[in-house]
Amino acid sequence: MRRNIDRRQFLQLAGLGGAVFVSGLAGFASSGAGADAGSGGGDFYFVQLSDSHWGFQGPAVNPDAQGTLRKAVAAVNALHDAPDFVIFTGDLTHTTDDPAERRKRLGEFRDIVKDLRIKEVRYMPGEHDASLDAGAAYKEFFGDTHYTFDHKGVHFIALDNVSDPRASLGDAQLQWLAQDLAKLDKKQRIVVFAHRPLFDLAPSWDWATPDGAKAVDLLMPFDNVVVFYGHIHQENHHMTGHIAHHSAKSLMFPLPAPLSVPKKAPLPWDASAPYKGLGFREIELEGGKADITELPIKA
Amino acid sequence: MKKQWIRHAAAALTILGAGALGFGVAAWADGKPAKHVKHARLIKVSARRFVFNPSTIKLKKGETVDFELKTEDVLMGFSVPDFNTRSDIPPGQVMHLTLTPDKTGTFTFLCDIFCGSGHENMSGTIVVE
Repeated sequence: MRRNIDRRQFLQLAGLGGAVFVSGLAGFASSGAGADAGSGGGDFYFVQLSDSHWGFQGPAVNPDAQGTLRKAVAAVNALHDAPDFVIFTGDLTHTTDDPAERRKRLGEFRDIVKDLRIKEVRYMPGEHDASLDAGAAYKEFFGDTHYTFDHKGVHFIALDNVSDPRASLGDAQLQWLAQDLAKLDKKQRIVVFAHRPLFDLAPSWDWATPDGAKAVDLLMPFDNVVVFYGHIHQENHHMTGHIAHHSAKSLMFPLPAPLSVPKKAPLPWDASAPYKGLGFREIELEGGKADITELPIKA
Repeated sequence: MKKQWIRHAAAALTILGAGALGFGVAAWADGKPAKHVKHARLIKVSARRFVFNPSTIKLKKGETVDFELKTEDVLMGFSVPDFNTRSDIPPGQVMHLTLTPDKTGTFTFLCDIFCGSGHENMSGTIVVE
């Protein structure tokens, strides 16, 4: 893929390249068959941004709380080749108990990301956006909280494990998922987006989905499934059987490694390394592989 | 009355089943503890946004305790993932949750129902000696 080579060369030359995580053996495993499944298959890449927490205030954690999202938007616009689409995997805004303020933050977020020069931008809610009103305000701005779409032979599924304040997917959504999957060939390439992990990463830190295992069970018969999520503000790579789960960094503050400290709390700003731990990622779906390139936020 | 009996019987079965795993679990609204846990030490826990009181609870390994759970404002959850047990705490109701810790250590309990802007900090510690 010539475009891909050019883009990687650009990343190296620009010093932007982060770790590349290849999940070719973890998720999109059956390369030939998986890549051929579906119609109109082709290689492409998209960008995942997550946990921008617009409205957060805490100078000790991020003194550039008003600027970091804008820097991310500019960084995406500056990518050598435009991604096919961008997706925000939840916690677009920082939670507030005031419904009017919630809408104000959602509106401000929407206005900032309007500057993305990407044809297709997709959204999902996080618990900060949706758990206090069952997603009502979020839907006013961004529409459905769970949905599917197809792109170049890949079936994408966005799940909502945040509109329920208990963080469950719920029986209705699981039934919807089962019905959607029933239409697919078992070799169909599937990418799942969720805000929270669908597995028990750290339940005592609320890093889990109570009925996430039911969704994973429904996905398990499919050969080529990979899950991208947010919520935990750091990279994490986990396998449930042959299904890979990859969490993304935040655009506001990093959190400590799962269960590494007694109390979960945002990591303090490092003045010697501004924006450390923040970033976004490119995900390239090429043949039977999903390649992840982590990109930092820079001053 | 019949419904209440069924609820207590179901709770007792839950306890017996969980007992095989080394801990006891039961939760029900405004009921009395099932007969075989009536001598359990009562520990009252009050929740309000966004704190539990007390926030540190000391238990002994093998001791069965009965948590009496109340909320002062909105719907909360009381979850102890390391012992695989939890309960809703609806406003206006008193909930009970029995626990017999089968291991020592320091464990987190937390609100697992998103309750507002301070929800993520709403947790406490159970120390089992």
